[in-house]
Amino acid sequence: MEQRAEYNCELRTANCEPTSRSDVAGCFPRIDLLRIACFLAAVMIVATLGLMLYEILSKAWPAINTFGWRFIIRSEWQPNRDLYGVFPMVIGTLTSSLIALLLALPLGLAIAIFLSENFLPSSVRNAMRFIIDLLAAIPSVVYGLWGIFVIVPLIQKYGDMISHHWGSIPIFKGPAYGNSLLAASLVLTLMVLPTITSISRAALVAVPMVLREGSYALGATRWETIFHVLLPCAAQGIVAAAILGFGRAMGETMAVAMLIGNSQRWTLSLFSPSNTLSALLANQFAEADGLQINALMYAALLLIVMTLVINLVGELVLKKTQKSFGSH
Amino acid sequence: MSLTGTHFFHQQAGRTSWVRLVRNQALTLLCFLLSALTLVPLFSLLFLLLKKGLPLLNFNVLTGLPPAPGLEEGGFGNAILGTAMMVGIGLILAAPLGILGAIFIHEYAPYARFSAVVRFVAKLLTGIPSIICGAFAFAFVVLTTGNFSALAGGVALAVLMLPTILIASEQALRGVSSSYRDASYGLGATAFQTIWHIVLPEALPAIMMGVMIAIARAAGETAPVLFTALFNQNWAHSLMAPTASLSVFIYNFSSLPYSYQVQMAWTASLILVFIVTGINILAQSIFRRNTH
Repeated sequence: MEQRAEYNCELRTANCEPTSRSDVAGCFPRIDLLRIACFLAAVMIVATLGLMLYEILSKAWPAINTFGWRFIIRSEWQPNRDLYGVFPMVIGTLTSSLIALLLALPLGLAIAIFLSENFLPSSVRNAMRFIIDLLAAIPSVVYGLWGIFVIVPLIQKYGDMISHHWGSIPIFKGPAYGNSLLAASLVLTLMVLPTITSISRAALVAVPMVLREGSYALGATRWETIFHVLLPCAAQGIVAAAILGFGRAMGETMAVAMLIGNSQRWTLSLFSPSNTLSALLANQFAEADGLQINALMYAALLLIVMTLVINLVGELVLKKTQKSFGSH
Repeated sequence: MSLTGTHFFHQQAGRTSWVRLVRNQALTLLCFLLSALTLVPLFSLLFLLLKKGLPLLNFNVLTGLPPAPGLEEGGFGNAILGTAMMVGIGLILAAPLGILGAIFIHEYAPYARFSAVVRFVAKLLTGIPSIICGAFAFAFVVLTTGNFSALAGGVALAVLMLPTILIASEQALRGVSSSYRDASYGLGATAFQTIWHIVLPEALPAIMMGVMIAIARAAGETAPVLFTALFNQNWAHSLMAPTASLSVFIYNFSSLPYSYQVQMAWTASLILVFIVTGINILAQSIFRRNTH
């Protein structure tokens, strides 16, 4: 009893001096300055997104007026004639991200299965998680530098061989340039791998233990359990991982800008230079003027819309998953 | 949820068990190989960073100015300073907004519709590519002030850091047990007293971790500063002038035709990776120590 009284006393003298009247019920409340500051901060966060969209939309407006929706389906980008269209970049953004996703999904799933099941002692699993986190922390520009010195020479070395044999298939059409759609996609694969791994791992971990135990009790082997119980249960989370990884890949800039070759023509060949919306912005903004700035802002607006739509769908799927298992 | 496994177990009953066991082992091996495959590029990257980055690493490189094309001297001291400056500006702008915003949506009005809007906006901001932050700062600062500047780069980084700090801070506040709040209110403390003296000190380590992770991420970013701060061959003398940064230094020097310059890009990459992973690991170790 005594101790509690003492504590109360301490609280009063130490903390409540300036507001000693307000902690008596019925007294007039003081204005809480922190509350006002916090509210203003929250308003400014919302305003930031609004200002961002407004600034980009208003700077893009002249280009939207001039080119309309044809901006998306036209293939020329000629600053000296003020003719702009981003069809090749839209195709490049979608194809490079899709290839990266197709490569990263099996790899990411394999790691996620390893990390969520008890194949390995937990110390090894923790080390693997640390390495994956490390992969996520490496700056994009360093991946780009690595790509220039490792991926590009590899493609120059083996690309011509492949296009010589299978050149009749459009995606392997030669000649093989080092800086190409494939080089960018391979590095993107590495960059989206941590996203895909961590989200699908969370989905696998969320599958209730009882289902695993039930499956083993029925005599299923470990992989029969994984394929017929765990993966179907975690399917939604894995789909969310794929969608969010795709969104991440579309927005990646520097590594792609350093490796994709920045061609303004669209292509389906893996070995040809291509371009993406983000690489276009990175390469041209610094030296742009006049209508070119407006056209670049229009391209930025398209990129925002594309990534927002993909991310919203991904978050929606993820939210549904979390509801169905009632996990965090 | 209906499982496709129900007929499956009936089918399996007739099979000889060794086929299933071999298949089981083979799949484990395949999964192991796929996982190991992803380690190859990572180790290749770390190996090249050390092999190509270490030879040039010395004090002069960390304090010198970028060399003119073809010269074999100098360093990237101004780029390190520039990165620190711009991350600092970003932090000054984003940290108060993010932390106070998190206090509002978690402590003052957790169930308000407006708080849901703020959470949604933060989610949208995390999904926006970093180059868009650059485009925004270009439109908002560079076009208004008329020149590329450290301030523009800092604004771009602030937009990038804001959602990270907000979400991490809200998570930190969520980690404070609600019995602390109840006890504080029960003792007659006001909302301000509860938040300032009870909740914030308890959440501070986790908030700091979020802030440090945001710093690490911003320090490694190139796209937002590439065409807002541009680059500068000299030491920064003003916030309103073009400013060098470590990441743009790497980008510019990686495409030069001189091997010395390219090697310098590798050294800068080594430093950048060291800084970024160092801050990340530091943040996590501080946080762990405080929670256990």
